[in-house]
Amino acid sequence: MTVESGEARRPYSPPAARFKSWWSNPWGKPRFLVLFTWAYILWSLVPVAIAVQFGFNAGRSRSTWQGFSLRWYVGDPNLSVLHDLSLRAALVQSLQLAALTMLIATPLGVALAIGLARWTGWGSRPANFLMLFPLVTPEIVMGVALFLVFVHLFGFVRLGTMAQVLGHVTFTVSYVVIVVRGRLFSVGKDYEEAAMDLGASRWQALRTVLLPMLAPAIWSSLMVAFAISIDDFVISAFLMGDASSSTIPVKLYSAARLAPSPAINALASILLFASMIAITAAILVMRRSRKKEGTEGSAVEDFARLDL
Amino acid sequence: MSGPADERRAVGERRWLWPSLALPGVLWLVLLFLTPLYAVFAVAMGSPDPIFGGALPAWNPLAWNPGEFRTILGELFTGQLGIVFLRTLVYVAVATFLSLLIGYPVAYYVARHAGRWRVLVLMLIIAPFWINYLMRMLAWVNLLSTDGYVNQALMFVGLLDEPREWLVGKHSTVILGLVYGYVPFLILPLFAALDRIDPRVIEAARDLGASPARAFFAVTLPLSSQGILAGCVIVMLPMFGDYYTATLLSGSPRTNMVGKLIEQDILSGAGSGRGAALTVVLMVFVGILMTYYLYSVARASREART
Repeated sequence: MTVESGEARRPYSPPAARFKSWWSNPWGKPRFLVLFTWAYILWSLVPVAIAVQFGFNAGRSRSTWQGFSLRWYVGDPNLSVLHDLSLRAALVQSLQLAALTMLIATPLGVALAIGLARWTGWGSRPANFLMLFPLVTPEIVMGVALFLVFVHLFGFVRLGTMAQVLGHVTFTVSYVVIVVRGRLFSVGKDYEEAAMDLGASRWQALRTVLLPMLAPAIWSSLMVAFAISIDDFVISAFLMGDASSSTIPVKLYSAARLAPSPAINALASILLFASMIAITAAILVMRRSRKKEGTEGSAVEDFARLDL
Repeated sequence: MSGPADERRAVGERRWLWPSLALPGVLWLVLLFLTPLYAVFAVAMGSPDPIFGGALPAWNPLAWNPGEFRTILGELFTGQLGIVFLRTLVYVAVATFLSLLIGYPVAYYVARHAGRWRVLVLMLIIAPFWINYLMRMLAWVNLLSTDGYVNQALMFVGLLDEPREWLVGKHSTVILGLVYGYVPFLILPLFAALDRIDPRVIEAARDLGASPARAFFAVTLPLSSQGILAGCVIVMLPMFGDYYTATLLSGSPRTNMVGKLIEQDILSGAGSGRGAALTVVLMVFVGILMTYYLYSVARASREART
């Protein structure tokens, strides 16, 4: 009874009127923006959710739901991601490329970030510019350029996995630099200088003070490099040589219109899960390091501000 | 304690440690970024291979042969090529404008009014970044197919009598795809710019008698103009080189963008020279955008350092 009485005291108003007063309440938040933003979020995510859903479809259709099954992931003896050799090869190729890229681009990028942040000599400005350049170059330009250089100049690099790794590292390095540099700026030079006042050499200060403080950024950049590489389509497509080094995005491109099977949706969903795991890990690492240091704000916001 | 030898060592280290840390990365970028860009020029300025029909690059600038460019410039003003460039320009302009219309209110809400929802909303807005672009297009291929949800829904409410073929050469579908694909990239720089605005400035405008609309147009909008510019450049650069959106969502030569011609020329092998020359033209096309963005980022990073 007591629970109901609170409701009963409020005068009855029809839903439309209640909506109108909620909408035009001058003291509340701008309602239009609230609705608009949530509508945008639904629009941006629901189509993808539906595509993931159809990867689990029991039937062959990608537009009529026929019940849940894992047929297109593992069940189907010929057409599932597990059993269709070309789909499985694409999955393996994507994971392999992303892992190699991550392992090469991260050390390269971390060293470059530290070097560029501390070096103030005559070469530092052009070097900084060079680092930013790949970020603004349209991918197709980079794809064409790498393709032509491997075909006409660096003949020893065969198109295929090796060319793809070299290409992926080239455009990933700059992202690693951006992630690490943010942390470098916030750490500042004080700790290193303190270490050097206490007798450490520059190199010792770097190794024993700065690198441990950069650890969270280094972990994040590993994950970011992985996610960026596994997401890439253009560079992989230009440098693949033949179909045996197709990656998942390349497969999506060639099969989206031609091969109408939910296995493509399943393959795309696996890619989605892989990059989501990588990114969540990156955010969690950043969040833990923030907690340890008691910094205000949230790791997600930091991430949004990175301008990747 | 520290004698002259120590000083000298410290100075020597200061001079060499930082550049040598940067060296591997710089070398990598010179070899695998600058050299390839030069290779594009060399191939574009080269001559057709008389035996195999491919391209013979001209590495020496003295041997450059601008034949391909002459052909392209001719076609740009008279032939099909001009139409493709114009179409690319229109697609990019319309899609960027629509993205701004959608992105600005969202960024504004997150930056100023999201309150306790802020982190959640930001996470949902970042999510599309990490969903593969082609998968997001695949999602629309599914939705817009003849028996897909969009046709089903439109027929259910009675807007359509029979399913429409959305995926065959429709300009509107390609533009929808571009907007859907690139809006998230526009929202983040807008968010960063709007978030930096001190709310007290806007309150001051309101206290001085400005209406909400006036305060927005006289204070918020001008203060966020840097973010608008940066965001537009960020989405326009990849859009100019985009070829996969149109291929997936329309697959008809009627909606080809410049990138598609480049892809065809380069990957077919026969037209490497022409493809390379088109790439150079595209770079000149987007060169202003790239320069603007490079300068603004370099300036921002210098400010962050000092």
